[in-house]
Amino acid sequence: MRARSKESLAALLFLGPNLIGFFVFTFLPVIFSLLLSFFRWELIGAGESIFSNLKFIGFANFVKLLGFHFQDGRFVPNDPHFWYYMYNTIFLMLTIPIGIIGSLVLAIAVNRRLKGIVIYRMLFFLPVICPIAAIAVLWKVLLNPDFGLINSLIVRLGELLGLKLAGPSWLSDANWAKPAIMLVNLWMTIGGYNMILYLAALQGIPRDLYEAADIDGASSWHKFRYITIPMISPTTFFITIMSIIGGLQGSFAIIYILTGGGPANSSTTIMYYIFTNLYEFQKAGYAAAVAWILFVIIFVFSRVYWKRGGRLVHY
Amino acid sequence: MNKKNLKADINFRSAGKKLIWYLVLSIFAVTMVMPFIWMVSTSFKDAVEVYTQNPLDLKSWMPDKFLWQNYLDVFKVIPFLKFYFNSIFIALSVTLGVVLTSSLAGYAFSRLDFPGRDKIFFAYLSTMMIPGAVVIIPVFILMRYFGWIDSYKALIVPAIFTAYGTFMLRQFFMSLPKDLEDAAKIDGCGYLGIYFRIILPLSKPALATLTVFTFIGNWQSLLWPLLVTNSIDMFTVPIGLAYFQSQYYLVNWTLLMAASTMAIAPIIVVFLFAQKFFIEGIKLEGIKG
Repeated sequence: MRARSKESLAALLFLGPNLIGFFVFTFLPVIFSLLLSFFRWELIGAGESIFSNLKFIGFANFVKLLGFHFQDGRFVPNDPHFWYYMYNTIFLMLTIPIGIIGSLVLAIAVNRRLKGIVIYRMLFFLPVICPIAAIAVLWKVLLNPDFGLINSLIVRLGELLGLKLAGPSWLSDANWAKPAIMLVNLWMTIGGYNMILYLAALQGIPRDLYEAADIDGASSWHKFRYITIPMISPTTFFITIMSIIGGLQGSFAIIYILTGGGPANSSTTIMYYIFTNLYEFQKAGYAAAVAWILFVIIFVFSRVYWKRGGRLVHY
Repeated sequence: MNKKNLKADINFRSAGKKLIWYLVLSIFAVTMVMPFIWMVSTSFKDAVEVYTQNPLDLKSWMPDKFLWQNYLDVFKVIPFLKFYFNSIFIALSVTLGVVLTSSLAGYAFSRLDFPGRDKIFFAYLSTMMIPGAVVIIPVFILMRYFGWIDSYKALIVPAIFTAYGTFMLRQFFMSLPKDLEDAAKIDGCGYLGIYFRIILPLSKPALATLTVFTFIGNWQSLLWPLLVTNSIDMFTVPIGLAYFQSQYYLVNWTLLMAASTMAIAPIIVVFLFAQKFFIEGIKLEGIKG
């Protein structure tokens, strides 16, 4: 009995610092933000006075975000911004399949036994470790419509071919801002985590599977289709689910620097909307409600995907 | 076809295959590296030179004259050294804090028996599912309530206690054999002794991975410092760059590129030394998932 209580005391001391911090900065905030989503709270002032504008409003935040009303003979969303930003978020996620396929191709390429392959691996990985802010600043300059590298390349290549080409205005054009962000995202992530994960998966496939297939006279394509793809399916499953969860709450830093959500809100995402509500409009309750809707989307998606997608995986 | 010809044919085909792979690799490599080379080359150029470049002409990738002055000018326009100091100080403090508190808690969760252990651990686990945005809002308000806005406290303290680090180290500690500890206990080694002399030395790879991830994650962070800093003196490198960009995007790219180069270069050096831990860490992640 004495030994047990001594062990509990030791545990308390070991766990104590982390547990207190976890409670104050993670656990309680989660509960607090759930409560907050039922309040209106304009954050004015600091210290004690910060509570002066707190008002319970029930489900009003959620009704405003998700509800519709009848106006001029049709249903109109109560908060059209929210739906538009949802659309933007999903639009930006359209690069996910391209990114995953690209990472797989790169992983297969760097898995070859070629001279200098380690250097290629490192080069591909480079953008991931750089500060995103620096990458964003760099791309903002690269994408400058008049003097940036991308449009200069387009114009000069056009001259070479005898054509008069002109690049789009990228970040200052509401139609091109999203594709520009997608381009940067793709460039930044294609050789990153997913490539390394695929590389590890490829290296984990037993060689005798390929040798057996060689004896049967299988073509490269057949080996890829019937050995490689099934053997790396757990990795594909993991990468897909992480990319989608990441995509739903991602790209804040890139958007903040490249476009600030513009032009005409065309690159504002849900995550960015949470930020502007909290920081610029000082509407903490509304921001919390958006954040919880985001959580529900991620949670439901992960559940469904885990159950359904699990069957596609061959172990 | 005689034997010699067949062999030559196979060699020829495998060389062709090699060539194609090199081509694929090189196209990607050029795409990845070109922006960086452009950044460095622009950072040395004269402000006017930038507007007359022709990317298809290799000569225009080389600055007419290497203007080191651009780098010095950055320091005149913004307190870049202060940003650097802030970033390094904050990233180091957070990393130290995370590794320390996570390893202590991980030890308690993996090796000690106490009432409510599994329930508390489950609470840790369940918060890992929740998006950062949900947690950030109340913590931001808390910082304002504490009056911590625009102080190192706000940038360091909330980041130190991560469920993720605790979880990761707990998993790793669980995989360590118990025999050594039992032997140490018989020799009269206490819990603290076991933690310092057995658990920590055996967990170097996991600790190194957590260190690298936390450091880089913190170095990258933009949203949180943006929320809790107001004055230029408290800016970190990412916020400083964002601010500099908002002032200078239309004015002078060469300085902007010099600042970006300075933000990127050190982290590449760190990466060169720590890449093993980084890559291994990512693989660990994937296996866990």
